[in-house]
Amino acid sequence: MSFLTIENLSAHVGPSPILRDVSLSVEAGEVRGLVGESGAGKSMIGKAVLGTLPLAVQVTSGRILLDGEDLLAMRPRDRRRVIGAKAALIPQDPLTALNPSRRVGPQITNRLVDILGWTRQDAQMRALELLHEVSIPEPERVMRAYPHELSGGMRQRILIASAFAAEPRLIIADEPTTALDVTVQKQILKLIRQMQQRHGTALLFVTHDLGVVSKVCQSLTVLFGGLVLEDTRVEPFFAHPSHPYSAALLAATPKYTDPDASLTPVPDAVIEGVQAEIAAHDRMQPHV
Amino acid sequence: MTLLRRILLRLLTMAITLIGVAIIVFFVIRVVPGNPIAMMLPPGAGEEDIARLKALYGLDKTIPEQFVIWLNGVLHGDFGTSITSRQPVLKLVLSRLPATLELSIMALVIAVILGGTLALTGTRRRGTRTEGTIDIVNGMALSVPDFLWGLVFILLFGVLWPVFHISGRVSPALDLPFVTNFYLFESVLRLRFDIWADLVSHMFMPALALAIPLAAIISQLLKQSLKETMHLDYVTLSRTKGYGENHVITHEALPNAVLPTLTLIGVQFTFLIGGTVIIERLFSYEGLGNMAIDAVINRDLPLIQGIVILFALIFTVVNLVVDLTYAALNPRLRNG
Ligand SMILES: Nc1ncnc2c1ncn2[C@@H]1O[C@H](COP(=O)(O)OP(=O)(O)O)[C@@H](O)[C@H]1O
Ligand SMILES: [Mg+2]
Repeated sequence: MSFLTIENLSAHVGPSPILRDVSLSVEAGEVRGLVGESGAGKSMIGKAVLGTLPLAVQVTSGRILLDGEDLLAMRPRDRRRVIGAKAALIPQDPLTALNPSRRVGPQITNRLVDILGWTRQDAQMRALELLHEVSIPEPERVMRAYPHELSGGMRQRILIASAFAAEPRLIIADEPTTALDVTVQKQILKLIRQMQQRHGTALLFVTHDLGVVSKVCQSLTVLFGGLVLEDTRVEPFFAHPSHPYSAALLAATPKYTDPDASLTPVPDAVIEGVQAEIAAHDRMQPHV
Repeated sequence: MTLLRRILLRLLTMAITLIGVAIIVFFVIRVVPGNPIAMMLPPGAGEEDIARLKALYGLDKTIPEQFVIWLNGVLHGDFGTSITSRQPVLKLVLSRLPATLELSIMALVIAVILGGTLALTGTRRRGTRTEGTIDIVNGMALSVPDFLWGLVFILLFGVLWPVFHISGRVSPALDLPFVTNFYLFESVLRLRFDIWADLVSHMFMPALALAIPLAAIISQLLKQSLKETMHLDYVTLSRTKGYGENHVITHEALPNAVLPTLTLIGVQFTFLIGGTVIIERLFSYEGLGNMAIDAVINRDLPLIQGIVILFALIFTVVNLVVDLTYAALNPRLRNG
C-alpha cells in the first residue's frame, strides 16, 4: 500500500474550486514529482496533506491517507501528532522559513524534545549529526547562529536537515530550489536526492520544472487548474507524454529537448483544450 | 553600532533634552501672567513687603540670572524651595514620586495583561465572532479618553456599586509602618497584605482608567502584527512539526510580532504618565500630578520646575529602557 494516498480531494475558496478531484499516491521510498505552472494548486495539495491550508480554503470532499490513517477524519490534535511524526516539509523560501528571532539549533531540536519526547542531549546530537550530513561546516557554530547570519544556501541545508530530523517517512518539498541562486540550486537538488536515498524517505517533489523531475523523480503528476491531467511513471512520460498539455510542457522545457531547438511556449490552443476539460469536469459535479 | 555606544548616545540626547525642557519651562512660567508673591501676601500689602519677598525667592533678578542660579543649585542637588510649603522642592517631589510611579506601573501592567490577552484571544479565534467582538471593544475603548473612563468609574463604583475606593491612596485610619513611600511595594515586603489590599482597592480604578486606552492600542497593534506574522513561512513550518495553535502563536509568532508593540508601549507609556496628572486629581490620589496642579494654581515656580524636570526625566528614561529592550529582543540589532 502507498505511504501517502490522496483520493478525490476537492477544495474551494468561496465558490471557486482550487483542487478538483485530485487523486495521487506516493509509495514508500518513492519520489513523485508534482508538476504544474504557478497557481495550479501544487502547494495547496502539500498544505492539505500537512494540515496547513489557509483558513479561506475549504476541503469539500476526498480523503488523505497517511500511512493508512485518514487525516481528514481525525481530531486536529491527533492529526498534528501523526503529521509531525511521519511527515515533514522542505519549504520553498529558506529566507522566510526560519524564525528570525531564534537560534538555528532550537529550530531543529525543539520538536524532537517537545513533540517526540527526546532528551535535549539526544536532540542536540542528532542535529549536529544531520548538519554534518548536509555538509554544513562548523555545525556547532551554526547551531548557535541566528538565521540572518547565514546565506540562503546554508539556510536551505539547515531546513533540509531539520526536515529529516525526526526520520519522517514522507517529505514534501515545495519548490525547494526556486528561491535560490542558480549555482546553489544544483547542489541543493543533489543534496535532497542523496538524503532521500540514504534515509529511504518517500518524497513528494513540487516543481514547475520538468528538467528537475527527470533527474529526481520516479513518477509524476501533472496538474493544471487543480485538475490532474496525467499520472504516470517518468520514463514513459518523457518518451511520449499522453496528454497534449504534458507534451507542450515538455516542449517548453529547456535541455530535455534538443538544446539547440527553439523552445515553444505552451500554445494557446492547448491551454484552451485544458480549460474545456476543466469546465467539463465542473459540469459533472453535483452543485455545492 | 555597539550596545555601549547606543547607550552613551542616548544618555547624551537625554541630557540635552532635559536642559532644553528646563530652559523652556523656566522662561515660560516666568513670562505668563500670575505672580507668586502677589498670591502669598494679603491684599494691599506694601511695596516694601513685595520687594523683600521677591528678593528672598530671588525673583528680583533678571530671568537669565535666575536660571543660572537655579541651574547651579540643581547641579549641587538643590532644586530650590517651594514657595507655598517652604520645603525643599526635591524632598517634596521625591515624596510624591513613588505614588505616581506605582500608579503608572500598575496601569501599565493592567494594560499589558488586558491588551495582550485580547490580542492573543483575537488571534487564536481569528475569523470568528469572538474576533469581531474584540475589534468592537477595542474601538470603544479607544474612542473614550482616560479621564472620561475615570469619571465613569467614579459614578459606577463610587456611587452605584461601591466596591472600590475612589478617593485617596490609602484609608486614613490605617496605621502605616512604612519607611519609603513605595507603599504598595513595601506592604508586600512587610507581608502586610491588609494594607496591600487597601492600596490596591484605592489604585485599581484610577489605574484601570489610565490603562484602558493603552490596552486597546496594545490589543489592536499586537493583533494586527500577529495576524501578519501568522502567515509567514516559519509559522506554517512549525505547524507541520506537530505544534498546536497556541504554541505556534505564543512561541513562533509572538516573539517577532511583539517588537513594534513594544516600541509603541514605550511611547504610549509616557502619555499614560502624563495622564496621571488629571486622573490623580479626579481620584484625589496624592501623587506628583496632583501636586503639579496645586503648584500651578499657586504659581509655586520652583515646585513647578522641579515637577516638570522630573516628569521629563521619567519620560526620557522610559524611552531609553524601551530602546534597550528592543535591541535586546531583536537579534538583528544586538550584534549587527
Ligand atoms: N491564502 C489563500 N487564500 C485563497 N486562495 C489562495 C490562497 N493561496 C493560494 N490561493 C489560490 O489557490 C490556487 C492554488 O495556489 P497554489 O497551490 O499556491 O499554486 P501553486 O501551484 O503555484 O503552488 C491559486 O489559484 C491561488 O490563487
Ligand atoms: Mg506553490
